[in-house]
Amino acid sequence: MSTLTVADVERIAALAHLELTDEEKQLFTRQLADILNYAEQLQAIDTTGVPATAHVHLPEGVERPDEPRPSLAPGDAIANAPDGAPDAGLFRVPRVIG
Amino acid sequence: MSVLGRTARELRDDIAAGSISAEEACRMTLERISSVNPVLNAFNHVAADRALERAREIDRKRAAGESLGPLAGVPIALKDNICVRGMRTTASSKILDSFLPPYDATVVRKLESAGAVIVGKTNCDEFAMGSSNENSAYGPVRNPWNLETTPGGSSGGSAAAVAAQCVPLALGSDTGGSIRQPAALTGLTGFKPTYGRVSRYGMIAFASSLDQAGTLTHTVRDAAMLLAQMAGFDPRDSTSVDTPVPDYVGALEQPLAGLKVGLLKEFFEKGLDEASGTLVREALRLYEKLGAKLIEVSLPNLPLSVPAYYVVAPAECSSNLSRFDATRFGYRCENPTDLMDLYKRSRGEGFGDEVKRRIMTGTYVLSAGYYDAYYLRAQKVRRLITDDFARAFKQVDVLMGPTSPTPAFDIGAKVDDPVTMYLNDIYTIGANLAGLPAVSVPCGYAGGLPVGLQIIGPHFAEAKLFNVAHGYQRETEWHERIPRGYE
Repeated sequence: MSTLTVADVERIAALAHLELTDEEKQLFTRQLADILNYAEQLQAIDTTGVPATAHVHLPEGVERPDEPRPSLAPGDAIANAPDGAPDAGLFRVPRVIG
Repeated sequence: MSVLGRTARELRDDIAAGSISAEEACRMTLERISSVNPVLNAFNHVAADRALERAREIDRKRAAGESLGPLAGVPIALKDNICVRGMRTTASSKILDSFLPPYDATVVRKLESAGAVIVGKTNCDEFAMGSSNENSAYGPVRNPWNLETTPGGSSGGSAAAVAAQCVPLALGSDTGGSIRQPAALTGLTGFKPTYGRVSRYGMIAFASSLDQAGTLTHTVRDAAMLLAQMAGFDPRDSTSVDTPVPDYVGALEQPLAGLKVGLLKEFFEKGLDEASGTLVREALRLYEKLGAKLIEVSLPNLPLSVPAYYVVAPAECSSNLSRFDATRFGYRCENPTDLMDLYKRSRGEGFGDEVKRRIMTGTYVLSAGYYDAYYLRAQKVRRLITDDFARAFKQVDVLMGPTSPTPAFDIGAKVDDPVTMYLNDIYTIGANLAGLPAVSVPCGYAGGLPVGLQIIGPHFAEAKLFNVAHGYQRETEWHERIPRGYE
């Protein structure tokens, strides 16, 4: 049985860049433990020698010629930015370097 | 079968023959949506002006004697995780509330060049994560068969829109059952193609190794006609497969005599609603009468598909949804103090509960110390499940069983218990993990609610599935029923 603490949930939320309210921390501590306990069934069978596989029916290592092609226009790329500077062609974010 | 009482094929033929114009068809569709949507909440967005303009363009072409596409003038609704340039696309998330895609998804480009008229975007679970359509930032969708119940999910809006005869065709996406389960719960035909059959370019990613676009329609024939226009290789999706698209519609009438049907033993064990089980068994007996041979098949690792899925899918989700950084697009919190505060609060305020649960589950199973025990092991179990299916398909042509353990359940019944909610997908997830095509067709009604028969085929056996499913609809009329009040 996985046991999960609020501190565990805080650590996971920090890795996932999610701010949680106190109520969410309580709720998710219980629910994530339920989910992980459910997933523990996977430990019950022997997987020795089994390759970890996503799909068996797809070609692997698909390549294409490395040739320049048209891409998204800068104006289109910036149009959805919550704080864009279209004239400068930039996305604005809070100051990163003090 | 649609707002106009016609299937997509009939409507297309009538438009081509001039007995109804594309514009009239579009207006009737828009009126239907206006009248039923306040109750059903099936649409997030209706693009009336654009749709009417496109419809008039079809009529102009017809008047000028130009060739019309195979879907000319047929109204279609798209799940709101499929991008249309300039048309609001939210994935039912607050974080994308004002997103206007700068490009068209490949399926959109293909459908519009076939003449289909996109009328709007349908409600769904946020980022397609859910089995009841209750995880939408825009509220739940109601099932036209019983307004107290959910239409299933995550493509619940697409299912409700077709079932209530707003449109004859809708697109959904199926990552763990999100087309087949809502189709079963609303009495529709829901088709999920082989992973790689349809381009994912422009479909907002949830779990990239599982996501596949597909169709919600009344009839198998309409599904075949629609998939024929969507399928094919796309250089913009390196997981789309470069193999020819067979004639799906041409395959429909093949005889079923000699068909070998595998009865999925594990699907009829504990957990299956009794009335649903009886109806599915009756459907299997009908196949027998049509000349098919039933063979019981066991897939011993299949019971592990739900736990494997709820490791793999959240892992991929946590990676895909890291792109929501409140910088290039999407919701941004007020007055961020620094970059980390911007990320955390924007994501914390922008995502709903189920999306947060999955991001965190995924983050956990990929984190140092847990990767081998969860993610790596799930990928190995996935291989075992894929191998089970491959062994079964050496014996049989298709596999059959129920689509959903129960008919539609009440809104609110399962929202507090994620694991119980995840078990709705118990019969559908296997096909996603193995990348197989599968279809759900209505096979009867239990307590007035539709029940679905699921048919799973080998990789790229879409034509066979259409043939087998159509053979059932030729003999039955379950798919012709319309919920009361929506005739």
